[in-house]
Amino acid sequence: MSKSSAAANGQALWAKQPKANAELFALTYGALVMEVVGDADGNVKEINEQLENIGYSIGIRCVDEFLAKSDVAVCKSFEETSNVLGKTAFKMFLGANCDVHQHSAKSFSLIMHENPLTVFVELPDEYKETLQYTIVYCGVIRGALEMLNYKVDCTLVKSTLKGDDVDEIKVDLKSVMQDGAGDDYHEE
Amino acid sequence: MFLNLFIVNKSGGLIHHRALSQKAPHIGTNEWLRIGSTFHSLHAIATEASPIKLPGNKKAGADDGIEEIQAEGMTLVCLQTRTGIKFVITAEPNTAVAVDLGQVLREIYVLYTDCALKDPFYELEMPIRCELFTQGVENLIQRVESMINYSTSTSSTSNTRVVTLR
Repeated sequence: MSKSSAAANGQALWAKQPKANAELFALTYGALVMEVVGDADGNVKEINEQLENIGYSIGIRCVDEFLAKSDVAVCKSFEETSNVLGKTAFKMFLGANCDVHQHSAKSFSLIMHENPLTVFVELPDEYKETLQYTIVYCGVIRGALEMLNYKVDCTLVKSTLKGDDVDEIKVDLKSVMQDGAGDDYHEE
Repeated sequence: MFLNLFIVNKSGGLIHHRALSQKAPHIGTNEWLRIGSTFHSLHAIATEASPIKLPGNKKAGADDGIEEIQAEGMTLVCLQTRTGIKFVITAEPNTAVAVDLGQVLREIYVLYTDCALKDPFYELEMPIRCELFTQGVENLIQRVESMINYSTSTSSTSNTRVVTLR
């Protein structure tokens, strides 16, 4: 699927999705992060891990919703997957437009010019460099792609909360898991 | 008439089964579990038997497997999602002619994602015991059944599918 058709598809799906108030959404996420921060006693590594895990749990479930409602054809390359993810899926769930930048056949970046999670957010100095506020996206992407047999590493490269001009999420493909019977069941 | 619906998770466990009409044969829960896992295995064998392989996926077969089984008394249609869940519906052959069962299954898939997956108490891979989902399927089946009755009384018998969903 090309970038433009993926984007058009995303727009159509976004129009069909039930909407939640954007401010309520941002505030709810903020409250969730505060809860995690409180639970972790200020251990930033643990906070980031927790938020990523929350995202993972969301990802493994919401991928089915995407597949059920979007009717996209099977992607033939990882590049195609990146377009569907950035242009269609992000638009469908978040209403946000994001740019997809290919680094190589196995790696790409999603660049978000608008981030629905970070309205109203300012990080205090003690967390500014370390807390990855929107790492939940990384978890969602990792979970969703894992359900489709892609093992990926997903990192936040840039964040507007840290003074960058855009949000950038980098996705690296580690391996493609095999479906079907395991090696033990294959005849020599 | 629709007969039965069952859903098999990606490891072959039965996570949901129900009769969709009075006409459905009575099958005990243990038998259902057996049917679920047997179907899962047959599906996997059918996939391996396919001569068409996906590019870059040397060992596994193409992802089609069993899509439809036709018999004198019933038609079975299976939808396997990209995440490995199988939705299987059986119906009488005349129903299968009148409705696109694959479309019905895709609607059930949407119901599953909206009702079961968004239920925080639903655990993945576990049996679906979710009132909203049951009710949703009930409504869908009733809607489709009523459309069939309507269309068979007004249109002549033809092989084209007369009911379109959505």
